[in-house]
Amino acid sequence: MTAAKQSPKKAAGPKKAAAPKRAAAPKRAAAPKRAAAPKKTPGAKKAAAPTKAAGTQAAEAEAAVRPVPASRSAFAAGAARATGERRRRSGTPLITSATPLEVSAARRDATAALPEDASLPVAGDATAEKDRSAGTPTRKRPPRRAIRDRREQRARERALRPVPSLPAPDEKVALLAEPAQRHTDSAPEPATGPAGLAEGLQHTAERIVGAVLEAAEFSSEARPGPAELVELAVNLLRAAATAAGVPAEEVERQVAETLAYVRRRLTGDYTVDEFGFDEDYTTHVHLPILRPLYKSWFRVEVKGIDNIPDTGGALVVANHSGTVAMDSLMTQVAVYDEHPRHRHLRMLGADLVFQTPFVGPIARRSGSTLAANTDAERLLAGGHLVGVWPEGFKGVGKPFSDRYKLQRFGRGGFVAAALRAGVPIVPCSIVGAEEIYPMIGNMPTLARLLGLPYVPITPTFPWLGPLGAIPLPSKWLIEFGPPIDTTAFGPEAADDPMLVFDLTDQVRETIQQTLYSLLMQRRSVFI
Amino acid sequence: MARIVLVTGVSRYLGGLYARRLSADPGIERILGVDVIPPRHSIGRAEFVRADIRNPMIGRIMNQAEVDTVVHMNVIATPKDTGGRVTQKEINVIGTMQLLAACQKAPSVQRLVVKSSAAIYGSSPRDPAMFAEDMNAKSTPRSGFGKDSIEVEGYVRGFSRRRPDVEITMLRLANVIGPQIRTAVTDYFTLPLIPVPLGYDARLQFLHEDDAIAALVTATTGPSVGIVNVAGDGFLTLLQCLAMVRRPVLPVPLATAGLIGNIVKRSGLADFSPDQVAFLAFGRGLDTTRMRHVLEFEPRYSTRAAFEAFAAGVHSVVADVEGVGEAVTGAVTGAAGGGAAALARVFERLSQ
Repeated sequence: MTAAKQSPKKAAGPKKAAAPKRAAAPKRAAAPKRAAAPKKTPGAKKAAAPTKAAGTQAAEAEAAVRPVPASRSAFAAGAARATGERRRRSGTPLITSATPLEVSAARRDATAALPEDASLPVAGDATAEKDRSAGTPTRKRPPRRAIRDRREQRARERALRPVPSLPAPDEKVALLAEPAQRHTDSAPEPATGPAGLAEGLQHTAERIVGAVLEAAEFSSEARPGPAELVELAVNLLRAAATAAGVPAEEVERQVAETLAYVRRRLTGDYTVDEFGFDEDYTTHVHLPILRPLYKSWFRVEVKGIDNIPDTGGALVVANHSGTVAMDSLMTQVAVYDEHPRHRHLRMLGADLVFQTPFVGPIARRSGSTLAANTDAERLLAGGHLVGVWPEGFKGVGKPFSDRYKLQRFGRGGFVAAALRAGVPIVPCSIVGAEEIYPMIGNMPTLARLLGLPYVPITPTFPWLGPLGAIPLPSKWLIEFGPPIDTTAFGPEAADDPMLVFDLTDQVRETIQQTLYSLLMQRRSVFI
Repeated sequence: MARIVLVTGVSRYLGGLYARRLSADPGIERILGVDVIPPRHSIGRAEFVRADIRNPMIGRIMNQAEVDTVVHMNVIATPKDTGGRVTQKEINVIGTMQLLAACQKAPSVQRLVVKSSAAIYGSSPRDPAMFAEDMNAKSTPRSGFGKDSIEVEGYVRGFSRRRPDVEITMLRLANVIGPQIRTAVTDYFTLPLIPVPLGYDARLQFLHEDDAIAALVTATTGPSVGIVNVAGDGFLTLLQCLAMVRRPVLPVPLATAGLIGNIVKRSGLADFSPDQVAFLAFGRGLDTTRMRHVLEFEPRYSTRAAFEAFAAGVHSVVADVEGVGEAVTGAVTGAAGGGAAALARVFERLSQ
């Protein structure tokens, strides 16, 4: 197909390209070319016949191309690729005979003639297009005999090749560099005739696949240096980035950052604090993973971020909902991204979180710790911003019919912790989390079996299997209310249960009222 | 203050180191080193007395030498050093009982220093991030060294009730590590293939062997302080440690850890008691505020520096493999992060 398509484009300078090629690789291609030539011409003639009626110019151009073996050489290259010849050739980089190098030199010549050629088909008229499409099926496969001949020829050639002795290390490096060079040389070769977007894409794909194939065979026969692999990876990435419409520099920066991160992970060159918080991981992995959800899926809107102090401890108290505790993660992103000081929200989680494999260490790394008074007070005393969801599982696992109805706020332990540490309490109301997994039923027996507080039934789970784990894209609003000062009461007030209950109720009422007003402001659940 | 010191477990590595270090203190008149086997290393100017602390003979030695300070360092953490768990328990529990009984009968004894361990706090996912000295374990260790330590501390508490005039200092040391010492933890990190609990990443604290000795010497010669946690500053996670020792790892689901532990234990390479496995899964943190302000001791090595001192002596078994587990985790999380960022960019482009 490609050979047939390329033939008219080569009309201007095929001889130039073909001549050195023939001279350079006579042994390889001479026999098959001769064999292929008579067979191909009738096919091309057949293809050209209908076009003659449409436009004689194009037919003439075609006729001029046909006898020239350039089309056959491109064709042979395609066939060779298909039979793995090129792979085998480039897989033996240690040969001292100059054959592959000469081939590449010829190709360089061929590609040097490219620019003038490339303009031709774009300007070409409709008939040429038609001709091309008509010509495609006839020249799809090379003749069997040609392939067989070539194979025999190659086998003879290989038998004659000298077997190189083990090279010295520095020699090896030089030899390793060679295939890469050859690869970059031969890379533009398929681009001999990029006509239109589809073909361009095809060539790019070919190039990428070729690069991958060559990389694969290097690793099996002669190990490539890391530099070559990196170069290959960078090229692939650049191509992918341009395809996705993202600036390549941006992607490169991102990749460099990621690599630096991986290096730090490899050497253990990062620190965790006493709660297991790993800032490097949180800013480079945890938050970037959540950000698409935050920005594009839930489109979180944050109000009153100024109510979170710039420095010092504070206790953020929020409502809990949504079957899966996604609201705490989104609040974490909201605080880090929206707050001018990019503070990390240190969350207090249930025992269950830290018992669960994979979830437990991730929670610790991203700044969570056990919801216990000792930990809360230690964090607050250390001047951290602490987030707590006092409703716990009662809030997350409440049925959809109870949405936006606050449950009991624990035993007020969070208020006692704030009083002891003398930090303000920031009430936080989250709207939107209730609708992500509307819990319309529960499977208590299964939950008991699995040791979970509940196993939800939602409109999508478990009916759709893993698809049911996709949250509904509700619109979220998070509002941080004005901080409630606790310093006025003094630390001994923590031992006054009446005051603690009063404060708990005050926080709870504030959040409930804010929830109602936010619900009034929200235009729709999903918009 | 302390003039005549009796040290138990002097033939063990830390005991010998302690005796040498204490020898440098001119204020100490006489040091008696007690153990069942003669030490193979120097014990400084300490006099070696061959005695078994499980035998009442130890009381006569105390009375004869008019010992005023008893330093109990013979609570053994590694069963394979003593010939099995049964002997270990015998030495730890019965030995402590007999020693304390002897101390109770010796009027000259004025101070008791006990090398205890952070193992008494156990390890569980319900633990607070940091244990202060007055906190109890959420799940008390039910076997092995942790249980021994709890029993030892129980006997010491009983002794303090019966002899209120004796000053008692108990140091709960974090895992002692360093270039020389051999413990269950160092055995673990020098395994050719290190099994790790799959899906967990424990927070670990270490104490350099020099710091451990310095803390014990401070507790012997300084003021009496009661119970104090001793640990290096900062934390390392298990995966970080594995990256630093550059050894291949084998992730093992926690449910089968007992089985793997048994295999490793049988092979004699390392000790994997259930509390050791829990420690490797959940880790533990010690609050060292009392160490700083009451014991007034500042460790020279942080947790990381202590572990680096140990890791420098560990040779990579396979030249090419460097912390495979960490590599995989790092690569996966790194790729996920990069991918997510790229995805976010694409989303942004689409929504524009």
